[in-house]
Amino acid sequence: MPMKSFRQAINEALRQEMERDQRVVIMGEDIAGGLGAPGEDDAWGGPLGVTKGLMPQFGRNRVLDTPITESAFIGCAAGAAATGLRPVAELMFVDFMGVCFDQIFNQAAKFRYMFGGRAVTPMVVRTMYGAGFRAASQHSQCLYPVFTHIPGLKVAIPSNAYEAKGLLAQSIRDDDPVIFFEHKVMYDDEVDVPDEPYTIPFGEANVTREGDDVTIIAFGRMVNFANQAADSLAASGISCTVVDPRTTSPLDKETILETASETGRVVVIDEAHPRCNMATDVSALICENCFGDLKAPIKQVTGPHAPVPFSPALEDLYVPGVPKIEAAVREIMGKGH
Amino acid sequence: MSDIRPIVMPKWGLAMIEGTVVEWQVEEGAEVAAGQDIMEIETSKITNVFESPVEGPLRKIVVAAGETVPVGALLAVCAPASVGDDEVEAYVKDFLDNFDWDAAAGGGGPAPETIEVGSKRMRFLKQGDGGGTPVILIHGFGGDCLGWLFNQEALAEGRTTYALDLPGHGGSDKDVGAGKLGVMVQAVLAFMDDRGIAKAHLVGHSMGGAIALALAAEHAERVASATLLAPAGLGREINMTFINGFIEQKRSRKLRPILELLVADPGTITNDMVEEVIKFKRLDGAVEALTKLRDGLFPGGEQEGFPADLLAGLSVPVQAIWGEEDQILPAAHAAVLPDSVKVSKLPATGHLPHMERASEVNAAILAFLA
Repeated sequence: MPMKSFRQAINEALRQEMERDQRVVIMGEDIAGGLGAPGEDDAWGGPLGVTKGLMPQFGRNRVLDTPITESAFIGCAAGAAATGLRPVAELMFVDFMGVCFDQIFNQAAKFRYMFGGRAVTPMVVRTMYGAGFRAASQHSQCLYPVFTHIPGLKVAIPSNAYEAKGLLAQSIRDDDPVIFFEHKVMYDDEVDVPDEPYTIPFGEANVTREGDDVTIIAFGRMVNFANQAADSLAASGISCTVVDPRTTSPLDKETILETASETGRVVVIDEAHPRCNMATDVSALICENCFGDLKAPIKQVTGPHAPVPFSPALEDLYVPGVPKIEAAVREIMGKGH
Repeated sequence: MSDIRPIVMPKWGLAMIEGTVVEWQVEEGAEVAAGQDIMEIETSKITNVFESPVEGPLRKIVVAAGETVPVGALLAVCAPASVGDDEVEAYVKDFLDNFDWDAAAGGGGPAPETIEVGSKRMRFLKQGDGGGTPVILIHGFGGDCLGWLFNQEALAEGRTTYALDLPGHGGSDKDVGAGKLGVMVQAVLAFMDDRGIAKAHLVGHSMGGAIALALAAEHAERVASATLLAPAGLGREINMTFINGFIEQKRSRKLRPILELLVADPGTITNDMVEEVIKFKRLDGAVEALTKLRDGLFPGGEQEGFPADLLAGLSVPVQAIWGEEDQILPAAHAAVLPDSVKVSKLPATGHLPHMERASEVNAAILAFLA
């Protein structure tokens, strides 16, 4: 299989789904141009080059450059989805979602329910999340817990390029609104990605490592750190299972509970702020369902309850990294009884 | 220094850029013979034994069990007693200092090609560039062109070899028509026409064995010889637990026991192999293709089988190789083959003789081609 970057994988999924289904359209700020681009069509292919080549191939009727008004074009996408298109909107930074919460929480997420199942809303909102981009507190948050909270929305957080292509294709073919999270420092990361179209079903966790001592549950970019920590810990005789839930809504509770029960020791890694995030959610799920199997308290490794700092030195400290994960695993191994 | 012989991580198949030493079967100081099983190495398919390419006392093990290193990295050194320990140490240090770790991790080598044959996408892997009659490798149900990782390079020495992705498989078009064997036979013929191959030696595994046999019987003018590895089509019985499980199980935990039916030693199936099968099945149209093939080839849970007169009329050289512990297609099926067909049965071997007993199978194929 050829190696492809996260950026190429997203581009390929968009292109293949647009070829497959005429109803798929994409929209967003600068998706045919790009930040600082010289002005001509498709100069950069969006602020991060993700949509490069799509406008020349599919034309301006299916690749829509929008004004900088998230409230307008996210509302437009919800309406287009309800009336028969399958829009994929790019909302550059998830931090900007605040201006279109009504369109997402109260409209898109509720159409199916409020219209008695007689309406579907097959829209996807692609958005960047996460720290590490030196973009300061207003462009670095991990807001997926907020969307996971809302019934009617689905939330996908791919952990690498292979996952991204399959989960994005699945998002576009899904009849419900999907918020699709792309970590902004992962666009150049490469793995093997098939050329052919494929889908990864929602609600099926991926067990990336299998071990006996500790179960690490991690989300998005953190899955890669968890894998590195597991490999490093294996060398010192601690064997870890690593679970990538892939989607936080729906959530594969079965795999989480099963793997937690198997080892009896759980570390949950979430880049988001620590209150009401996926780590607290998963910890509560495990405590409620398999407390009797636990040999040690669940350990959470998250960002702090503070805005993401602009200082590069402080930002690096902010992100849960491999050393923090390893320390957490060693700590609950010590507490085992 | 010239008496020091390195043992390096082998490259088994294109996808292999690194390997993990699972277990050493010899200790430092032991006398090693060329061809002796000395360690087990994990690959993208099954854990396989590695035969020593050199002989002599095993002076130093450089890579311990459990470690993963790139292809070409130094695993151990052999040297006669006359070579001093300091010379061995100096050799190892020199090797490690000069080994290009970055280049080794990058892989490289030939990659599969994709072509249009009669408006259908077809992927294949070509290795070797020799003259004479080429060899075509035909995989089984659910397989692909990369499944010959332990064989193709050995067969490609001095001749051209093509490993195919059949319709519905690997990177080829997922349209399998009515899911009958004839669709597969025609696809191989169309590939041969497209590549200008008048005649070829065929090596077919399982369903690919049935395809090779059908070609040998019905298109003898295009077939120089056929090697059938655990071929389908010779009896009614087939393990439908395997076929149905292969199609239906989507998670590694559930799929692994199904794939373990393929081999005599279940522990040899690697996580990579399970993952690759799951990834293949996620491709658009793959599960539909496998389902159509199951319904077309094994209606009612049984094989249709070749008519006896077709087997009796074989005019090209055919050999069959079967694992005695094959749990998918029993080796007893070989009984219906005419006397002209040489049958080899391998002990302690399951349904993947070309992986489980690669060197013996390679030797049998090479002898047959000669």
